Amino acid sequence: MNEKTLEKLSILADAAKYDVSCASSGTSRGNVKGGIGTAQGWGICHSFTPDGRCISLFKILLTNHCIYDCAYCSNRRSNDVKRTAFTADELAQLTIAFYRRNYIEGLFLSSGVMRNPDYTMEQMIRVVKLLREVYRFNGYIHMKSIPGASNELVTQAGRYADRMSVNLEIPSEENLKLLAPEKNFADVFAPMRFIQQGMLESAEDRKKFRAAPRFVPAGQSTQLIIGATPDTDRQILTLASALYQRPSFKRVYYSGYIPVNRNDNRLPAIAAPPLVRENRLYQADWLMRFYDFKASEIVDEAHPDLDLDIDPKMGWALRHPEFFPVDVNEAPYEMILRVPGIGVKSAKMIVVSRRYGRLNATQLKKIGVVMKRAQYFIACRELPMQTVNELTPQYVRRQVSQKQKKQVADLLQFSIDWGE
Amino acid sequence: MIIYTYDNTFDGLLSCIFFAYETKKFPCMILSESEQKPLFADEQYRIITEKEKSVRVWHSLEKKLSGTARNMMLHVWLSELPETEMLLFRYIRKNIDHPKGIELNFGDKDVLRVKEIAQKVGTESHRLVEFIRFQFTADGLWFAPVTPRYNVLSLIVPHFRSRYADQPWIIYDTARNTGIYYDTHTVEQISFSPGDLAELRTGSLTHEQLSDEEALFQQMWKEYFRSITIKERLNLKLQRQHMPQRYWKYLTELQS
Repeated sequence: MNEKTLEKLSILADAAKYDVSCASSGTSRGNVKGGIGTAQGWGICHSFTPDGRCISLFKILLTNHCIYDCAYCSNRRSNDVKRTAFTADELAQLTIAFYRRNYIEGLFLSSGVMRNPDYTMEQMIRVVKLLREVYRFNGYIHMKSIPGASNELVTQAGRYADRMSVNLEIPSEENLKLLAPEKNFADVFAPMRFIQQGMLESAEDRKKFRAAPRFVPAGQSTQLIIGATPDTDRQILTLASALYQRPSFKRVYYSGYIPVNRNDNRLPAIAAPPLVRENRLYQADWLMRFYDFKASEIVDEAHPDLDLDIDPKMGWALRHPEFFPVDVNEAPYEMILRVPGIGVKSAKMIVVSRRYGRLNATQLKKIGVVMKRAQYFIACRELPMQTVNELTPQYVRRQVSQKQKKQVADLLQFSIDWGE
Repeated sequence: MIIYTYDNTFDGLLSCIFFAYETKKFPCMILSESEQKPLFADEQYRIITEKEKSVRVWHSLEKKLSGTARNMMLHVWLSELPETEMLLFRYIRKNIDHPKGIELNFGDKDVLRVKEIAQKVGTESHRLVEFIRFQFTADGLWFAPVTPRYNVLSLIVPHFRSRYADQPWIIYDTARNTGIYYDTHTVEQISFSPGDLAELRTGSLTHEQLSDEEALFQQMWKEYFRSITIKERLNLKLQRQHMPQRYWKYLTELQS
């Protein structure tokens, strides 16, 4: 551990930063005697960087050497950047040192591809094996599976990792071919399948033997880059919803494209990353996972892209005024959940509280319902309010549109001096 | 106006409940013995804390309330807010008087308030779990000073005890001047002398107090924090929203 390690850390953290996933949830594990660390079922963030993203895991590349030349990646072969690599022991020591100071929940290990996918995977497995078996580290480990890695190596890695992920990056195969000619969907989907198989087998074994080893207990995730290709939100959400159908899939992450390679004409020249679109996609993702929406309800042929001015739930509600008003004192939970401005928590609280007496608007507001949006879609005890049906969807849209608010927010955002 | 005074313990508060039901004299105010009493008190009772009475009240609550609700009451107690006593008193009373208990009636303002405060206390303890930073001292201790808004140290002990089972640590609340010391076997409560405390409040330990490698790892963490930031996505408001500035004092990565 010296100045050289510091430089490596700087280069390899910088190269790892575009991966969005940082979740440390999904596994609960106590400490073992003589070991260090635990995993909580819910995630713990340990810090937040000036871009507002959380640091939960020590997200780092093993190396930024790479044999591939993907247009969207800052570590591609043809880029003239400083290349370096950690040794397994260096990385394990750093992880433990950070962990002991409560800086991190665990390790998120990714890597550029050295020589070939299997060789890279072997090197990565050495690190996690060292952590688990020599340092007796019990914290969270998220490991990238390299596209094209063999089933044996993925299976081996799955014994040590809590979560594994393979990044799709580009939502459609033809665009992937264009931007990353050396990659294909089959190579990405194969490790996803290996992970799933391993998980299902392990679950089956654990039914018979309680002590059977766990395999990637926190499931798998993937990442899609948004805005680097002309793919529509409909394509993206349909793909995501198909992935969520798989039993092992926990998360799809959306990463607004940041132009890292400015002189590549296969990529769009954009001034700022599409952060609003990214946010809307996450909202749509939440609707699919927690609100029982189908991808086809959020986006369809007539509306292939999400509306940037209003959230997707509001968008659906304005396209379906006939569904409203929903009487919060009578309607079933699933219908209340469809009301803009009512989230999962509020909906649950409404359903349990209304047994004690009918709820009025003040109580709803106290419970946490956002009346600014919900008022057009609900009926509750008192005043017959003006709903979306009387006011028309166009009027409601103007009232709740976030366009004006955003412009003011942009003016207030100030810049920071990085001293470079 | 009826006023109770009590010894400022949770058992004391439960004894107040017992007393109220026994005498049918329900208080408008519950104050600790040292607090200033209002001028126009018609009746004033000094409640003696009796363990067996408080246990009886708690047992009756166990029959009516779920574990979650009882846990929320303890969280509210730890908040140490001035409204705590009367809020809990009303909450308990409503639950005793209702045949089935009212813990799920979030249309009731006391039930909602108990939930709100419990949530705040829960968030504060979760934030400690997130933002505590241990520094490795020259005498082989892992030390973390904190100033939580509520008295939540007791809530986080199990987490740190199992996570860092093999390292001796101290988590010290510099505002309440009380800390927890874990020696790799047991935990105990400790307090520092006022002189040492003043020094701690500045946030970081002096160079001589730290181990040799500590400075290097702190530097590495700062470097990591800097490198992992995506400058194109700068959003300081979001950062502060997730990690309010009052925690920054003890965060290694934000010290210059």
